[in-house]
Amino acid sequence: MVTDTLGLVLKAFIVIGAVMTMAGYAVLLERKVAARVQGRPGPNRTQIPILGSIPVIGTFLTRLGVFQPAADGLKFLFKEDPLPGHVNKFYYVLAPMVAFIPAMLTMTVLPFGAVTDPVSGATSPIVLADLDIGILFILAVSSLGVYGIILGGWASNSKYPFLGGVRASAQMISYEIALGLSILPVFLWFGGTLNLSNVVLGQSQVWTAVVQPVSALIFLIALFAETNRLPFDMPESETDLVAGYNTEYGAFKFGLFFVGEYTHIIIGSGVFVVLFLGGWTLPFITLPAGTAGAVLSVLIFLAKVFVIVFFFMWIRWTLPRFRYDQVMNLGWNKLLPLAVANLVFYAVVIAVIEQLN
Amino acid sequence: MATKVVERKPLSLAERTYLPQIVSGLRVTMKNMFKPPVTLEYPDERPDIPPGYRGVPTLVKDPNGREKCVSCQLCEFVCPPKAIRITPAEIPEDAETAHVEKAPEEFEINMLRCIYCGLCQEVCPEEAIFLQDIFSVTGTSREELVFKKDKLYALGGTLPDSHYKWEKKKSAERAGNPHH
Repeated sequence: MVTDTLGLVLKAFIVIGAVMTMAGYAVLLERKVAARVQGRPGPNRTQIPILGSIPVIGTFLTRLGVFQPAADGLKFLFKEDPLPGHVNKFYYVLAPMVAFIPAMLTMTVLPFGAVTDPVSGATSPIVLADLDIGILFILAVSSLGVYGIILGGWASNSKYPFLGGVRASAQMISYEIALGLSILPVFLWFGGTLNLSNVVLGQSQVWTAVVQPVSALIFLIALFAETNRLPFDMPESETDLVAGYNTEYGAFKFGLFFVGEYTHIIIGSGVFVVLFLGGWTLPFITLPAGTAGAVLSVLIFLAKVFVIVFFFMWIRWTLPRFRYDQVMNLGWNKLLPLAVANLVFYAVVIAVIEQLN
Repeated sequence: MATKVVERKPLSLAERTYLPQIVSGLRVTMKNMFKPPVTLEYPDERPDIPPGYRGVPTLVKDPNGREKCVSCQLCEFVCPPKAIRITPAEIPEDAETAHVEKAPEEFEINMLRCIYCGLCQEVCPEEAIFLQDIFSVTGTSREELVFKKDKLYALGGTLPDSHYKWEKKKSAERAGNPHH
């Protein structure tokens, strides 16, 4: 019993460490992609003493900017942590944590790999908590993240953060509905299960994105809005709101917001991969049983997540920001009716298929 | 005046979904990602300075390593911000170059005043002062930024001579037509 708990705690620490590292490197990827799109080399100066001075590899890693996230993180850690005089101190300090914790919590139910028992041939997913209501948990917890933004905007007691917070709440509410409706057909398709591992196992032959492209599209667009990514980064929109909800934040509190945002992106990409791109499976290929297969499945999952995260970055540096009314118009007048129509269409299709069987 | 009415066609369904436009935009940015960066990593890489560039004014020596400036003070006179100050001096009788008669004892260019206009280079009858390719000047004090003669010669070095003005005059004089 004790070893079970210890193992779970160890697993949780590994997953948290991995996701935090990925968030740091997502920032690097973001900066590199931005630089490449704009014809710049991007971060290529940061060096750490011993590793960076290895002749060829060190130079290559430095040019790649591999040590940059460490420098960024240390900067956030060691900067003076200012507490402006005009803020509501309790909520001001609370907000970054409220933004950060839900982002980290959602990963507990995200299955990111599978072990096939070599003897019995039974497949069990690698996941911190294999909940039967996995997707409900993700939707519920990830929408808590908006409280961090609203709290931050409100507690800052300053006009731009306040506007950012208001926009964040409006946008989150609008797109949450489309997000929820767009994934209902997926769970209908897999026989009403809400367990994410079962959804992945159901996609071992054909990905949901192929069967339900419209659901995937709506989910992806709503995901962009939910994670506050361009072209929907209303809460932040630095051209009209300075930096939106985190204008008054600095040092480590800003770092928490920042990492929380990128964690959201990674977890959101993970959910997209699980729901629409077959999770850790590859179509027509059966992974070997045992440890090798488990490692391979995790790597496949991470590769798919990387592709989606890269897509997030790619979109960001391609599209300009929507105006606030356009965001609302798209959310309520376009995506919501489309999501409802999509749900009805697939409900009918599934009913017909079940009748025929 | 004739007014031309431009016909605004209603957007097609594909255009209204906005998706084809996004795809073509993504194509453009993806193409950009594979182009080499256009950035010049400045302190490590230096830009190519085109000929005729007006950088820091410097004093140059002729190909024989002799001082070209004869201390005529035309540059000092023409300099719009009065950045140049020359202290002329006579070349002693017993020197090898005594026939040149004058040379600057001190030649100062105040780089805090210099506007890089190039008039000094244009006016110099001996082609002794050139604005060359140095474009970044730094210093920690005002005194340091008043370039003295030795510094100006160090920056200038020797430039190839395209005329050999004095050699020609000398050979003409020897051939018997001194005003050629």
